[in-house]
Amino acid sequence: MAELLATPATDGLLPITYGPFGLTDAAPARITSVAPLAGQTRAFKAALKAMGLGWPAPNRQIRAPGGRIVRTGAGQAFLLEADPAPLAGLGALTDQTDAWATLRLTGPAPDEVLARLIPVDLRPGAFGEDAALRTALGHMMSVVLRAGDGIEIMVFRSMARTAVHEIAAAMSAVAARRG
Amino acid sequence: MRITCPLCGERDRREFYYYGADDYLRRPGEGAAPAAWDAYLHLRDNPAGVTRDLWYHDMGCAAWLVVERNTVTHEVLSVRLASEAEEGAA
Repeated sequence: MAELLATPATDGLLPITYGPFGLTDAAPARITSVAPLAGQTRAFKAALKAMGLGWPAPNRQIRAPGGRIVRTGAGQAFLLEADPAPLAGLGALTDQTDAWATLRLTGPAPDEVLARLIPVDLRPGAFGEDAALRTALGHMMSVVLRAGDGIEIMVFRSMARTAVHEIAAAMSAVAARRG
Repeated sequence: MRITCPLCGERDRREFYYYGADDYLRRPGEGAAPAAWDAYLHLRDNPAGVTRDLWYHDMGCAAWLVVERNTVTHEVLSVRLASEAEEGAA
């Protein structure tokens, strides 16, 4: 098959810097929606364990050297980076790599920036090392992930430009207030 | 108003979509009398007090919830997953 040129979701939009805050593209090489099939839950979770991962609790993510798994719903999680092959036959696997735009917000207290857009407490005490939420970024459905001292935000690819615009506006306002 | 999703925890009302009375969980069986279908589709109580309705956590985990709340005090009394609600419960 021909190798086609892949355009990143944030092509021409990033990186952006305002004062101490930076917004960059953080698209994982692979995003797979995984959901255990009926009757396979136990085997599915065992396969995840063998990958060094597991089935995360709601609002949580689990990291391994080869990737991450993020809980995104009652019976659904997103596998980031890792190859989902070991889960074949045990879960419903859907490649969603091209469906999401992933942004990384860095700077001192990125939670202050996102507090303008996300109605959930993202301060480090409430949104710790393994935290991962599905919530609203303005009017957009999003997945918000703690990533070291930064915060990663996944939005639908079609919303990439709007999300960058909204976050950039919040970054500039918070940077201005901090002087 | 805030709703405590059994999966996600306490979230802002903006994350949820309101569907209507929890009567929708009690669909009449096949061959039910027209009156039962009429009641299922059209007849709703409008209580000043405790009511139960369905909400969808559309900005979050995509779960359907049964929310029991008081329309007078705005108190949210309980939130359960619709998938775990008893079928036919009053």
